[in-house]
Amino acid sequence: MDKVIVSIVGFVGIIFTYWFFLMRREKEVAVENEVDIIVDGGYKPEIISVPQAKTTKLNFIRKDPSSCLEEIVLGDFKIRKYLPLNKKVTIEIKPEKPGEYDYACGMNMFHGKIIVT
Amino acid sequence: MAEVKKTYDIKGMHCASCVRLIEKSVGKIDGVTSCNVNLATNKATVEYDSAKVDNEKLESAVASVGYKASINEEVKSEDQEKKEKQKELNDLRNKVIVSLFLGLLILWGSFPGLMSTAPAILQNFWVQLLLATPVQFWAGLSFYRATISALKHRTANMDTLVAIGTTVAFGYSAFVTIFPSIVKSIGIDPIPYFDTATIIIGLILLGRYFEARAKAGTSDAIKKLIGLQAKTARVIKDGKEIDIPIDQVLIGNVIRVRPGEKIPVDGVIVDGESSVDESMLTGESIPVDKAKGDTVVGATINKSGTFTYKATKVGQETMLAQIIKLVQEAQGSKAPIQRIADLISSYFVPAVLMLAILTFVIWYDFGSAPVLLFALLNTVAVLIIACPCAMGLATPTAIMVGTGKGAENGILIKDAESLETAHKINTVIFDKTGTLTKGQPEVTDIVGNVLSLAASLEKGSEHSLAEAIVQEAEKQNVKLEIITKFKAIAGHGVEGVAAGKQVFLGNRRLMERENVSITSYIPQIEKLESEGKTVMMLALDGKLAGLIAVADMIKETAREGVEALEKMGIEVAMITGDNQRTANAIARKVGIKRVLAEVLPDTKAAEVRKIQAEGKKVAMVGDGINDAPALAAADIGIAMGTGTDVAIEAADITLINKDLQSVAQTIDLSKKTMRTIKLNLFWAFGYNIILIPVAMGVLYPFFHILLNPIFASVAMATSSISVVFNSLLLKRLRF
Repeated sequence: MDKVIVSIVGFVGIIFTYWFFLMRREKEVAVENEVDIIVDGGYKPEIISVPQAKTTKLNFIRKDPSSCLEEIVLGDFKIRKYLPLNKKVTIEIKPEKPGEYDYACGMNMFHGKIIVT
Repeated sequence: MAEVKKTYDIKGMHCASCVRLIEKSVGKIDGVTSCNVNLATNKATVEYDSAKVDNEKLESAVASVGYKASINEEVKSEDQEKKEKQKELNDLRNKVIVSLFLGLLILWGSFPGLMSTAPAILQNFWVQLLLATPVQFWAGLSFYRATISALKHRTANMDTLVAIGTTVAFGYSAFVTIFPSIVKSIGIDPIPYFDTATIIIGLILLGRYFEARAKAGTSDAIKKLIGLQAKTARVIKDGKEIDIPIDQVLIGNVIRVRPGEKIPVDGVIVDGESSVDESMLTGESIPVDKAKGDTVVGATINKSGTFTYKATKVGQETMLAQIIKLVQEAQGSKAPIQRIADLISSYFVPAVLMLAILTFVIWYDFGSAPVLLFALLNTVAVLIIACPCAMGLATPTAIMVGTGKGAENGILIKDAESLETAHKINTVIFDKTGTLTKGQPEVTDIVGNVLSLAASLEKGSEHSLAEAIVQEAEKQNVKLEIITKFKAIAGHGVEGVAAGKQVFLGNRRLMERENVSITSYIPQIEKLESEGKTVMMLALDGKLAGLIAVADMIKETAREGVEALEKMGIEVAMITGDNQRTANAIARKVGIKRVLAEVLPDTKAAEVRKIQAEGKKVAMVGDGINDAPALAAADIGIAMGTGTDVAIEAADITLINKDLQSVAQTIDLSKKTMRTIKLNLFWAFGYNIILIPVAMGVLYPFFHILLNPIFASVAMATSSISVVFNSLLLKRLRF
């Protein structure tokens, strides 16, 4: 009997893990000129949309002491920056082409997205 | 009193009076000890007592006189990064020492075979619980914090896996200690696993400590470049020499440099001469002689003489600043090979969590007795062995070391993609003039009395050959004639009218176009051309009147550069506007077999594409200014530049050392970096692909092999360190 319970709980656990981490849909935040992105166990807001051919300021504020998140990498914009704890680090981008550009932490574990419209 | 020095960006300044106005306004604030405003850099450096003054006060003082100040955190970030890193390392070290010490005590008191030698107190489960608690919740606090933050965002990372894994081990052990009878009642011997939880935390933190130290080494090149910057400059003002901070130097300032001193900013020598060691920027070890009119570059070292020079570039415009910016950008860019790691890393941790649950279920349902214990230990092993960090570090660390190594040797790589593409290059095309040759042609032969007319015509031209003819005329004191209706014909030559007579000066194509017969001069033309000289023909009123041969010196490193490439099995070609015979002669001298001659400037890009159409991966090497389209058309454009904006913009790779051997070195660097990345990825993926199933227990049915969670933590810690160390091995690459 206990094996059946463990199997059912395990199955539910796997489904829950899949749903919890992989079925997450983050809402896109439209940004006009500048946005504060809080770095704490991920990025908030995680998905932002910015206008094409206009300079947008992304202010990263790291609140998470985890060394995983100490760097921010915007590979498409050739930017890798150290984020001091509790300090605002402003990154200016001026995307020339519309599209989706990913950004991530230095170890590529946490991800965010910039949608250029 | 807390004295603080901060730098602010000032917007809206346009003259020296703005500077005074701001300095006066800020200086009036109670608590400000000094305020220096720099018009050139648009920055204000303020020293103040932070107890009395804050950013808002300073900003409003600047705003009151009509300007805008914004705090510039960047200036401090380098220092701050260093301090924070050091603090983090110290914290880590303390946690490693405490957790490994306590962990080993617990291990001594609980490991079969060892425990008999341990004092009785260490064998007491309650004492073990007491020793393990600070390790779990103080040393391991960072894992919990990161996990909670990540879970709030419905994400997970390595910390999540460690936190869950060690909590399971610690929680089970605490339960066994507190309620041994319950555990006994289900047929399990009530033995705790505090050693597993504590040693895992200790070892993973130890791994993180080494990894952080090693990772700092990957950005050494940038730190070295930033460290090259001089701190002060000795500026001559009103006949006096004053030492001022480097950020206050303005364009046009005259600066004196003495022997052994660092040249502060870029400029042109106005008086004196010396030899300058430029090795820190170009990698070229032999000092370069400099005299009046020569350019000097900031951060290089004046060896022997004293000279004064005028600053032409300051702040972010200097060559050093440009190089730093370029290297930083390259290190922030993403290599295409990383895409696969990107994709996998977004699914990795959730996948491991699901596998851990599956492991528990399988072991509980089908494992050997005691099933709960096996299920728990194997689940912990799966959570601990998984190492997403190695995958995340595999590519960027190698790119950082690779681009940094290039910069140290005068090879500036624009981005990670260029570094990656360069290893596939199998054909290199060199532009002739200014790349294989010095680009300073000289007149070698004159046939007929044509120098005066030729020089008169060429005075209006900007071509490098024209300059050689005009210089020769000046040397021989030849009188020039008045030319009217001057016209340059691209790829052919020039024309004009002198004393009512139509004059053409140019190559064979021009003569053919104008139907000028060259038959009588053919033996002389062919002889000169076979010596590698460019022959210019002068036609007067439709008849060939004479020849002028011009030759350009071949660079010392040309032959070695070509040989090095051929040794690597790379085909080398030369492209030039010269005729076939002249081109062949020069190609022979440098050892090039494939010659693309008589190519007009605007068709060079098309020639590059033709070779690409043969299935070749082509690198085009040029000066980055005149041949920008050809550089852009090639798979990799390499500019033999001076670090100017134009050259850097046009090229994927810029060789500021102007050494032709660097082309082969660049490809070699790319090959070695790619090999490192591939090895890193192979290791990072292979490690997880092989060891996660082992931790799940796939070998158990066949060989009775299970992975102890402690060994899993050793493997995990070693995995990410080994990737970083492998990348650091690139530093040992010798050119």
